[in-house]
Amino acid sequence: MYLASLAEHQEAFIFAIKEDGALIRIEHLTKIYQTPSQQVLALDDVTLSIEKGEIFGIIGLSGAGKSTLIRCINMLEKPTKGSIFVDGREITALAKRELRTERQKIGMIFQHFNLLSSRTVFDNVLFPLEIAKVPHRQARARVYELLELVGLSDKAKVYPGQLSGGQKQRVGIARALANNPKVLLSDEATSALDPQTTSSILKLLKDINRQLNITILLITHDMNVIKQVCDRVAVIDNSRIVEIGDVLSLFSNPSTAISKSFINSVVKTDIPEDLIHTAQVPQGQTTRLIRVSFIGSSAGEPIISSMIKKYGIDVNILYGNIDRVKDTPFGNLVLELIGDAGILDQSMAYLRERGLEIEVL
Amino acid sequence: MFAAALLNNFPCLFGATTVEYSWLVEKVSLATWETIYMVVISTALAYVMGLPLGVILVTTEKGHILENIPVNRILGVIINVFRSIPFIVFLILVIPLTKLIVGGFIGTVASMVPLTLAAVPFVARLVETSLKEIEWGLIEAALSMGANSWQIITKVLLPEASPSLILGVAITAINLVGYSAMAGIVGGGGLGTLAYYYGYQRYQTLVLLITVIILVVMVQGVQVLGDTLAARAVKRRR
Repeated sequence: MYLASLAEHQEAFIFAIKEDGALIRIEHLTKIYQTPSQQVLALDDVTLSIEKGEIFGIIGLSGAGKSTLIRCINMLEKPTKGSIFVDGREITALAKRELRTERQKIGMIFQHFNLLSSRTVFDNVLFPLEIAKVPHRQARARVYELLELVGLSDKAKVYPGQLSGGQKQRVGIARALANNPKVLLSDEATSALDPQTTSSILKLLKDINRQLNITILLITHDMNVIKQVCDRVAVIDNSRIVEIGDVLSLFSNPSTAISKSFINSVVKTDIPEDLIHTAQVPQGQTTRLIRVSFIGSSAGEPIISSMIKKYGIDVNILYGNIDRVKDTPFGNLVLELIGDAGILDQSMAYLRERGLEIEVL
Repeated sequence: MFAAALLNNFPCLFGATTVEYSWLVEKVSLATWETIYMVVISTALAYVMGLPLGVILVTTEKGHILENIPVNRILGVIINVFRSIPFIVFLILVIPLTKLIVGGFIGTVASMVPLTLAAVPFVARLVETSLKEIEWGLIEAALSMGANSWQIITKVLLPEASPSLILGVAITAINLVGYSAMAGIVGGGGLGTLAYYYGYQRYQTLVLLITVIILVVMVQGVQVLGDTLAARAVKRRR
């Protein structure tokens, strides 16, 4: 009940303010850290736009600049150059007081949770409402709603020290949502958690995104996180955005080496040497090693089987799996095709026609 | 009973003068109360001034919420200057100020002026150390929620540092017990005066002994109280 009404409220709110789709616009953002001995370039002319209602992921290795990037959005880090707009307001041009008000509308969760150890779970969630000077009675009611939302109603009077990592992050999420933010910034929020807890937190984020229509911007070094929840992704390397787009198209068709290495960390495509060329190749025939990716509905069709029937070639399956990228099935097959060179080219063209991504290994 | 037994069995302890038991009890208990009174009030006053200074020392540092490097540097130097003056010298140096505030420089109330002023820079440093233990992430979280500096100080820094701050109060009070005895020698009242006038100048060793015992008990008491309160503040969170 509560979620539904809140979602309506949010939608109406977002609708009224702007029709343009971008909720966050980052333009030519550059950040240079000045140390006594040298200048360190943390972000180099980053331009990025995050749409309303999407879950946008930024992935990069540590030191790539992703942490700085997310901190610029709520001005925890002051950009050296460039501007950032959140919901049409130029964050980078606000006076201190206005910035504080605007920050109340940008929730943030952290890798190490950053809960106040001197306050109970209840009082931790109450904290942002105290800051926003929400009347006490109203604030208390809101805290109960939020604890219910994250499934921690029974832990209200407990101190954070008694909670598990996953529970602490749930408190962090409840706290970040207290003032009905437009955006939720997630700074490596699952990096300190085990895989199971990570999944449950990611599921919670996905639910929040869907039900409350809150835009989520997350940074991570873990491709699993991107795979499980993100709609779009930007790859950051050496202070620059090197690739940006749909998560599915990144998975099926990565264009940079760094993206490929991230994808390889979750989708195994390296085939052991000794498995290749094990089949006896009849005279006059050749072999091709290819990787085929399926996306969505084509993952369910017997395309390989019909190719074999149609062209009469031999196929040796070396590796195969079906995974999910957010909610879409995403399959990978590594095949060794054996046959006449000309026929093999035709077979591969056939697969491409059917909408499969093919990479010759 | 202990004192009475000593009186009867070891008259030599009192040197030339004979002392009556009831006189001794009255003197000692009055002096004890004076010391407690001086230490409690001076500690409280030292925190009224030292706590804000400690907060300023931390928050005006580079990169902190109220970054102001000139203020930070100047305050640091002033605090170091005051901390390097030995208390016995400080006692004499502040006499004019004491006269101005209290009207004289002898007695319990008068000695609270040097006690408090000597403790202020010490308290400021203790508070600074306590507040620096707090992880920056907590401050960052509060900033991300739109907290202003006052809210961060009162809702994050001080409450989060409370166990450490409580221990600091105990350390300050214990130091002031010692300082108050020193002030007693120049007429500050309390156990110090008692020990000096009777125990030293009139050779009443028993008085000296009793004074020492009471001071030891007092210091122990403050430390145990501080430890208990700090432990309670920490335990509550676990």
